[in-house]
Amino acid sequence: MRRLMVWILGMDRRIIFLLLALALVLPLLFPVKLPVRVTPEVKKVYDMVDGLQPGDVILIDMDYGPDTMAELEPMSYSIMRHVFDRGARFVSTCLSATGVSLIESEIRHIAQEKGKTYGEDYVFLGYRPYPASVILSMGQNMRQSFPIDFYNNPLDSLPLMRGIRNYADLRFVMSVSSTSGVDYWIMYGHERYNFPLALGVTAVMAADYYNYLQSGQIEGILGGLKGAAEYETLLGQGDRAIIWMNIQSVCHVLIVALIVVGNIAYLATRKRGV
Amino acid sequence: MKRQLPVFLTFLCAFVLTVQFFVPHRSFEQVYEVSNIWLQILGVFTILIGIMSLVESHLQKIRRRQAQWQYSIITIVGLVLTVAGGLFGSVEAGSGGIFMWMYNNVLNPISATMFSLLAFFIASAAFRAFRARSAMSTILLLAAAFVMLGRVPLGDRMSAGLFPAIADWLLNVPNVAAKRAILIGIGLGEASMALRVMLGIERSYMAGD
Repeated sequence: MRRLMVWILGMDRRIIFLLLALALVLPLLFPVKLPVRVTPEVKKVYDMVDGLQPGDVILIDMDYGPDTMAELEPMSYSIMRHVFDRGARFVSTCLSATGVSLIESEIRHIAQEKGKTYGEDYVFLGYRPYPASVILSMGQNMRQSFPIDFYNNPLDSLPLMRGIRNYADLRFVMSVSSTSGVDYWIMYGHERYNFPLALGVTAVMAADYYNYLQSGQIEGILGGLKGAAEYETLLGQGDRAIIWMNIQSVCHVLIVALIVVGNIAYLATRKRGV
Repeated sequence: MKRQLPVFLTFLCAFVLTVQFFVPHRSFEQVYEVSNIWLQILGVFTILIGIMSLVESHLQKIRRRQAQWQYSIITIVGLVLTVAGGLFGSVEAGSGGIFMWMYNNVLNPISATMFSLLAFFIASAAFRAFRARSAMSTILLLAAAFVMLGRVPLGDRMSAGLFPAIADWLLNVPNVAAKRAILIGIGLGEASMALRVMLGIERSYMAGD
């Protein structure tokens, strides 16, 4: 027994890698949909989008690249689908240099799926450097930072943009981000221009923004893949995040089991003075 | 003069931008709008400086045949190809240009792979680091375990909702309390540092001073 405990403590990390690989692959091969409990912070975001009226316009800022797309893309898809289903429209930006082409393809994908027209139902403004400065200047006039859109169209040539000058003409701002741009949206965007703000962030970032949720500076938050799965559950469309959550479930349980086993071995050997 | 002028300009910019925040007059708004545009233009020049510095340091590495200089060639070739692809081809999805080819077939898989590997290292690190060596480390490992289980549907099923309730409490009470204390501290520090820079007491932003 003692030898087993000592072996566990010094377990080759490749065994852990192999176990984790199995935990990742098996739920992919045998997908199961476990029910996802919806948290109030996600329901709040859902209600904000659900409260949109036909013709309303929101700003969806999507700042992420291929590294975090697994967590954030399902969120963006669900939000865009929901906005279009409500008959509402959106203006979109990407303040992350590595994500622009990815975001453009995602918007195009959902617009095609819903049969929406560029310039009338949605607009993609693209990327500008220095998010804090861009966010501040968009509060005065979006044309300061974006005189043209991603496709080089002057903003005033797009029917959707004709009535949109700054945040005051939008119902709210949704930032789906894996960057520090989220802080800028809170500090320079919401605090200065006082628009309702909702966030979608990666799981590791989510804990940093609960204080803003409690203080009422943000309306709601989608945290990581779980937030995306909750939104998919509420929307009843798409199931990618829900299926991926089960993979994450198995991985989390495996990691906790490894921690427990490691501690049992640690305590058992410590008592024996090893 | 070499020192006084930057200090004076810093003070002037900081003073005007601070005052305009409290004066809701059109002329002050114009100052603010113009300064925002200037900031973005200056920002673009810093990108240029960054690229020049990157190229210079890697060329030096290649010239001196420093350790792993071969990777510097890949960096410079990658930079040139990306810029050329973006300038002379299309950057739109589905355009079929070299920029999008590189984005989809090089940047995408590299970024996703690097991030995915984290899962394996985190699993290994969690196994070795989360040990109940003391009361504090026991609290840390319990918090980590409850949050990990409470944030996934399987944990919800296993505990009939108990783990998610504990995870929510951890996120909303101790986490928020600690974060808020840190943020207030950072805020006060930033304000005092801004004041020091504005008044010319802190001059470390001027190299060599």
